[in-house]
Amino acid sequence: MDRKQCCVKVSVQPSRGLVDEKFVVLVQNAFPGFQLTVHAHHQCEDGHGWEAFGHYTADATGTVNVSEDPSLGGTYSGAEPMGLLWSLRPVPGSKPGLRMRKKNVQTPMEITVSVYQGHQTEGFVDQVPLTGVVVERWYMAPGVQRIPITEDGLTATLFLPSGPGPFPGLLDLWGGGGQLVEYRAALLASHGIASLALDYLTPKITMETGKMVDNQYFETAYRVLQQHPKVLGSRIAMLGLCFGTSITLKMAVYSQVVKLRCVVCISGSHVQPVDGNLEQILSFFKKNADKSCFNEDNEVIWRDLLLPIPTDPSLKVDVGRLQCPLMLVVGEDDQNCPAYESAMDMKEMMERAGNSHLLTILSYPNAGHLIEPPHTPHARSSSLRTIGSRHMLMALWGGQTAEHSRAQEDSWKKMLAFLRENLYGGTDPGARLISHL
Amino acid sequence: MRKRTRRGQRGLGTPHALRTDPTPQTAMLRAAPPLLSVQPTRALVDEQFSVLVEKLPLACPVTVRSLHHSEDKDDWEAYGFYVSDHRGVVSVSEDLSFGGTYTGKEPMGLLWSMRPVPGSRSGLRLRRRNVCGPMLVNILVYSGHEGFRGRAPLASVLTERWHMAPGVQRIKVGQEGVRGTLFIPPGPGPFPGLLDLWGGGGGLVEYRAALLASRGYVSLALEYFSAGELQSADVEFSYFETAFNIIKEHPKVMADRVGLFGLSLGSMVSLYLASESTVVQPRCIVCISGNYCYPRGQMLRGVNENLRKYFDKERVDENNHHIWRDISLEIIKDPAEKVNVSKISAPMLLVNGCDDQNWCTVETAEDITQMMRAVGKEHLLSKLAYPDTGHLIEPPYSPHFRATNFIVDITKKKVILLWGGQTKPHSDAQEDAWRKILSFLQHHLYGSPTLKARM
Repeated sequence: MDRKQCCVKVSVQPSRGLVDEKFVVLVQNAFPGFQLTVHAHHQCEDGHGWEAFGHYTADATGTVNVSEDPSLGGTYSGAEPMGLLWSLRPVPGSKPGLRMRKKNVQTPMEITVSVYQGHQTEGFVDQVPLTGVVVERWYMAPGVQRIPITEDGLTATLFLPSGPGPFPGLLDLWGGGGQLVEYRAALLASHGIASLALDYLTPKITMETGKMVDNQYFETAYRVLQQHPKVLGSRIAMLGLCFGTSITLKMAVYSQVVKLRCVVCISGSHVQPVDGNLEQILSFFKKNADKSCFNEDNEVIWRDLLLPIPTDPSLKVDVGRLQCPLMLVVGEDDQNCPAYESAMDMKEMMERAGNSHLLTILSYPNAGHLIEPPHTPHARSSSLRTIGSRHMLMALWGGQTAEHSRAQEDSWKKMLAFLRENLYGGTDPGARLISHL
Repeated sequence: MRKRTRRGQRGLGTPHALRTDPTPQTAMLRAAPPLLSVQPTRALVDEQFSVLVEKLPLACPVTVRSLHHSEDKDDWEAYGFYVSDHRGVVSVSEDLSFGGTYTGKEPMGLLWSMRPVPGSRSGLRLRRRNVCGPMLVNILVYSGHEGFRGRAPLASVLTERWHMAPGVQRIKVGQEGVRGTLFIPPGPGPFPGLLDLWGGGGGLVEYRAALLASRGYVSLALEYFSAGELQSADVEFSYFETAFNIIKEHPKVMADRVGLFGLSLGSMVSLYLASESTVVQPRCIVCISGNYCYPRGQMLRGVNENLRKYFDKERVDENNHHIWRDISLEIIKDPAEKVNVSKISAPMLLVNGCDDQNWCTVETAEDITQMMRAVGKEHLLSKLAYPDTGHLIEPPYSPHFRATNFIVDITKKKVILLWGGQTKPHSDAQEDAWRKILSFLQHHLYGSPTLKARM
């Protein structure tokens, strides 16, 4: 064994972090000018392998600091502190269309970070690295409680932050893929917001009766959250991605029950039959299905289904009536939903109505549809089974990896600040402001 | 899934207390609770964290407190009194504490100044037994300063403090009669190794070896006599040689890069092995609160003979805490009782506290220096002597123990032994010493390729 190679050390700080925290990867004790590859490997819950790597040259002290030094090639380039996570991609030989999504949020993601000699691009599995460490990435901070909610016919999970409470609350809605997706709500709870992840497309009640839920389902979810002893009923927000945006805007504007402190909509549109329930909204989309197109890789593009943005007011949520702050997060390369065009139309509607001071638009060039929590590997396309069909399609989401990843980091930071400002800040009606000076 | 019980929150009052608390300030705080965040929430015990409280009323007095429920079922706490600024923010890393268990700008005061809560048993010491799981420390915020314990907290965040990094393996050792636990870092290896030796209390203490493995060293925590059984310790030095070889011969260890790490009696064993053993050739030696008085020709239990001989020199202070420092001053007068350190050819780091009331470690270090100087080997020695620091120099942010319960082997009595040190300087010393120890180990055991000449 070559002695000098054995002395290379790699450290990752922190070794156990939340998924949205940054880490510092430091390689030490290499020879000055030594060429090496820093490699990350993760085996996800369904057994698929993912990897990312960067090419580096050790400096005069034999050190590589991934946060500061540029990667000269690999799955990412340039100085990218978190490139080892966001540029993760399925290992060679994997089946196409994979997307990394953690189902069990009570255990961490384990990533092995290793150092290999030279600038390598393949065959990592056949070699012994010079050194390696294990890093844990968590969606749940210590003390966060996970509570399955099945009352009143709901299929949901509530995540309560650590501490005595009470806490502001948030309703978290994902998109057209359905299922009960918990990881974003778990992460928000780790930041002090009691979050309810709601399955509204494939909940138990729909799977058993074949019937889609009605608008009351969402009002019930809101009520359950509002009445929870550890939730501040007057400080509730709603967050929706894609189809979740459609529901969120509908509730925010039209519901007599749902009173929101603020709203965040990611990669979504306000275009829908305003008097419709869930089923009717879905039919509306299906009616326009002939507007789908396919690219040369046979990936389906759905953004045209809702274009052009209608002028008929019965086909758009009247955001001019919104009374709380709204943040729209938009990827300009969204191939699934015309989020950018919708955002521009919403802006115009709110300007006309005089409530545009409530609107914040975060628009990211070359970001796609799936704007996820930071460091989530970018999926430009992935396989999807559409609701109510046995059919697997390859959906094109869009986005260029590096820019999409930057958009994820920036939008999350701004979303958290927006939520904190509106949920933790300000006064309650009737409360007195007391200062000590 | 590991069950997370909220042990740290016992005795804090129920949410009802919050609702019936009459102060208008609390009513306002209830409507808009402060936002408490700790970064990171999961860390190794030698890593720093930052505690931030936001969305407080302006210029508001608050108490930030840490609370830990130990494996022995005692409650430990630390707290600082703060005042928010005009953004409604308290930053423990940046702001001054005006009182509590620590004062001043102390980012880690919530850990190192921990002590048993009022009403606890006396003479306690906090030492982690189960290193496979974290220490759970709750960080809490209360309104106001004095009397905070009578109020329900406004917010709290649970944090984890780990001795084992992810991927570190823990393996029980039982071969060849050696009792201990081996900790192996993650990765392909091979790694340098360390034999980790604790002191006169005995038993199997794993946490430092676990932490050293988390820093890249295959470490063997060795049990060489049972707790309280030094009197009958039947162990010969060959036991330690066997233990050293177990590390050396491990497939994941670089055989020529194994060091010794000892505290107190463990230092004595390390120095003896390094000077007398033909089997043990350590690459380097760390001696904390070191002792070099070896019962010549006897088994380890002979250590007690020296103690017994000079036990009349034992003193007690005004709190009836037992001081052994003067016993040690007598013992070191006899050259026949000392390890012949001049035979040692390995680099040594001696780490001592100037207020050590248990052993005259600073005088010992000076004597060792003279012995090494006389044979031209002084360049092998590095010495650290920390002012107002006691005997128990532990990993950083461990609470300081000025005096704790101890069962004295030769009298079988339970007394409170005075270890020495003042909390703030002792804690600073622990932090500084650990950094220097790690850099010493890195230098000698990992080496620096640039320094290796082409041979």
